[in-house]
Amino acid sequence: MIHHDVIVVGGGLAGLRAAIEAKRAGLDVAILSQVHPGRSHSGQAQGGINAALGNHPDGRDDGTEKHAFDTVKGGDFLVDQDCAIQMAADAPRVIYEMDHWGCPFSRFEDGTIAQRPFGGAGFPRCCYGADKTGHYLLHCLVEQAYKLQVKMYVEQYVTSLIVNDGVCQGVVSYDMIRGGFEAFTANAVVIATGGAGRTYSNTTNSLISTGSGMFMAYYAGVPVKDMEFVQFHPTGLYTTQILMTEGARGEGGYLINGEGKRFMEKYAPKFMELAPRDITARSIQIEINEGRGINGQGYVFLDLRHLGAEKILLKLPGIRDLAIHFEGVDPIEEPIPVVPSQHYWMGGIDTNVDGATVMPGLYAAGECACVSVHGANRLGGNSLLETIVFGRRAGAEVVRYLDTIADKRTNLRIADAATRLMEQKVQDLGNKKGTESAYALRAEMTVAMKDHFFLFRDEPTMRAGLDKLYSIKERVKNIGLRWTGSVFNVDMIRTMEFEGMLDMALTVAEGAIVRQESRGAHFRTDFNTRDDANWLRHTLAYYDPNSPKPRLDYKPVTLGTFELQERKY
Amino acid sequence: MPDIKFRLKRHDPQDKKNPEAHWEEYTVHYEGVNLTVLEGLFYIQENLDPSLSFRYCCRASVCGSCAMYINGAYRLACQTNVKHLDTDMMTVEPMPHLTVVKDMVVDMGPFFDKYEYVMPWLIRNSEEPAKEINQSPADREKLSMPVDCILCGSCYSSCPSAWGEENYLGPAALLKAYRFEVDSRDEAKRERMPRWNNERGVYRCHTIMNCQEACPKELSPTEGIQWLKKAAVRRKLFGKAK
Repeated sequence: MIHHDVIVVGGGLAGLRAAIEAKRAGLDVAILSQVHPGRSHSGQAQGGINAALGNHPDGRDDGTEKHAFDTVKGGDFLVDQDCAIQMAADAPRVIYEMDHWGCPFSRFEDGTIAQRPFGGAGFPRCCYGADKTGHYLLHCLVEQAYKLQVKMYVEQYVTSLIVNDGVCQGVVSYDMIRGGFEAFTANAVVIATGGAGRTYSNTTNSLISTGSGMFMAYYAGVPVKDMEFVQFHPTGLYTTQILMTEGARGEGGYLINGEGKRFMEKYAPKFMELAPRDITARSIQIEINEGRGINGQGYVFLDLRHLGAEKILLKLPGIRDLAIHFEGVDPIEEPIPVVPSQHYWMGGIDTNVDGATVMPGLYAAGECACVSVHGANRLGGNSLLETIVFGRRAGAEVVRYLDTIADKRTNLRIADAATRLMEQKVQDLGNKKGTESAYALRAEMTVAMKDHFFLFRDEPTMRAGLDKLYSIKERVKNIGLRWTGSVFNVDMIRTMEFEGMLDMALTVAEGAIVRQESRGAHFRTDFNTRDDANWLRHTLAYYDPNSPKPRLDYKPVTLGTFELQERKY
Repeated sequence: MPDIKFRLKRHDPQDKKNPEAHWEEYTVHYEGVNLTVLEGLFYIQENLDPSLSFRYCCRASVCGSCAMYINGAYRLACQTNVKHLDTDMMTVEPMPHLTVVKDMVVDMGPFFDKYEYVMPWLIRNSEEPAKEINQSPADREKLSMPVDCILCGSCYSSCPSAWGEENYLGPAALLKAYRFEVDSRDEAKRERMPRWNNERGVYRCHTIMNCQEACPKELSPTEGIQWLKKAAVRRKLFGKAK
């Protein structure tokens, strides 16, 4: 059994930043990650990270309050306003810190960090490094973690929490390289495992974005919040849904329909292509549904040709390479076929502004958490910011929490029992022959999510989707492991994660069908307006061990600074 | 509905009955016109042989997980579309010259030990400014090549100098050293240099240029290593590297 003061699950931006903060305070910190931290999904982020630095000539009048307001309005007022204000206020200092640590941001002529316009933002405040901002930030924090000698356990698939009398005291993990399960005890655990995009078949996310940390917390009794709010990015590549950054439109790219028109003038005459993502994605889907896709087909064009080769090569080289390799299209020469694609998980583990969950000793940060700063729809450039701001805050909170614990001993008997439980679970799965394929069921689930819980929702469609999900849930009992080898068992990881993904899908579906309004990314054709009187509240979903169905509850949204208003762009 | 053959080098050192590397063939069936090698491996793992092990993450050529030796060249499995190779047989092996953990999974431990050894972080001595450290676009441009490295290990596996000398830092770690030495914000004087300025560092590179050919991101570790060699001379003669 291995012990550290703090265990961070997940080595992406939020996890690294939390680990660095706690390590700098002198704690013994370890990261457990399914992949080497430098390979985390954070590295796929492209466009940038928001902070009201005022470096852009058009951004001189920007400020943190304006950033907070744009965030609240972008989130269709489901945002907890105090948290958004805190995030915007923390933003400049964490960006400067990343610069001091070596992050290779692009630069303006005067040597300051370059900023570009981004969706839903009143000022150009999105700091960027070409169109590889996530990759640059991620490698920068990996470097800092090495510098500070944060212990990294790489290729560890964490399967469950160790909970002693309601207090989190560590995790159980499958060691992919050496095989077998092991307990890692700790006085605090920070979950930073990212979103659950892979529950949808049409996602921009990495293959490891399965929501593993979310369902781990959920199974331990911690609620997940606002799960029905799923972001669909306007521009994923048509055939693979690989992301084409919003920065492409920030740099002046057009969205073009089958009639050759910039159709966004109909939907957001002021912001055009830089309307928030929920509005832009729905606009694209309406064009497609009404037969105005390219040649009547299911996609539109993202056209960058007028930007010219020089600008594309300097500011958007990454997506150019991706379009060439994965779609066979060079954006300098041809427009790029794009479709709305699942992209970001607004919901997640319910936390406060310092990453604390309802369970003592358990913290969460990044996409797996829901503070909530994104509300019903996240603005582009706010997710990278969220990881660093709330990773840092969670790390600092863990330091404060550890100061308050008098007895730091962990219960080894409970840790051992939790490990045995996982071993037993795998053994049971291995003993079953498996009359149904976990992979076939998984494909059914991801397609059901896309077909029934996508951009436009209504009662009958969602009811049919729920029926499918519950039927899959019933059939999950029939799956087993097909290979029981100990080392790098991909079959075991993918089978085990599928069950959790299905429960996360159910929280989306149940939350969505009950919420009879349209707000941000949750758009219902049968209730097509926002209903503040009844629905200005967060959804909480709890795991019920006695039922396939999650138990729903609600809690109020923190208001107080910005007046509610209709969202127009 | 096309089919394509995959020939995989399988190797499970833990398998007592068959601990040696061997080849196995599979027929992968796919819909439409596109199939990446990574998708082919998933097809095999899901439908034909659940014991197959391989690394995966982003499937979009930015995370560096799935570098393999495919039809005689270093490639990212996720970025390799079978139709572009114009063949009916995909031959997939783990990256050569590295210790196999299982199938396509190789031990990356030594690779990251060497990465860590070169002190791959910005070294600063000055007090930090209240805002960013200004950097001109021209100075930022110097970073553009090396910061694109995804640490996939292709260059390290391809380098004959590394095959013969297990202590050689290799192209990726040296490219990382270059990335920081060339950064206008870096204030390292003698801290990092002794790590790369020796016989297990830059002088072990004989400009064979395999690294450059192997790199799926089309980077040039050799260029970085040559810059470091020159920087060592400049420091000796003039006391300044940049």
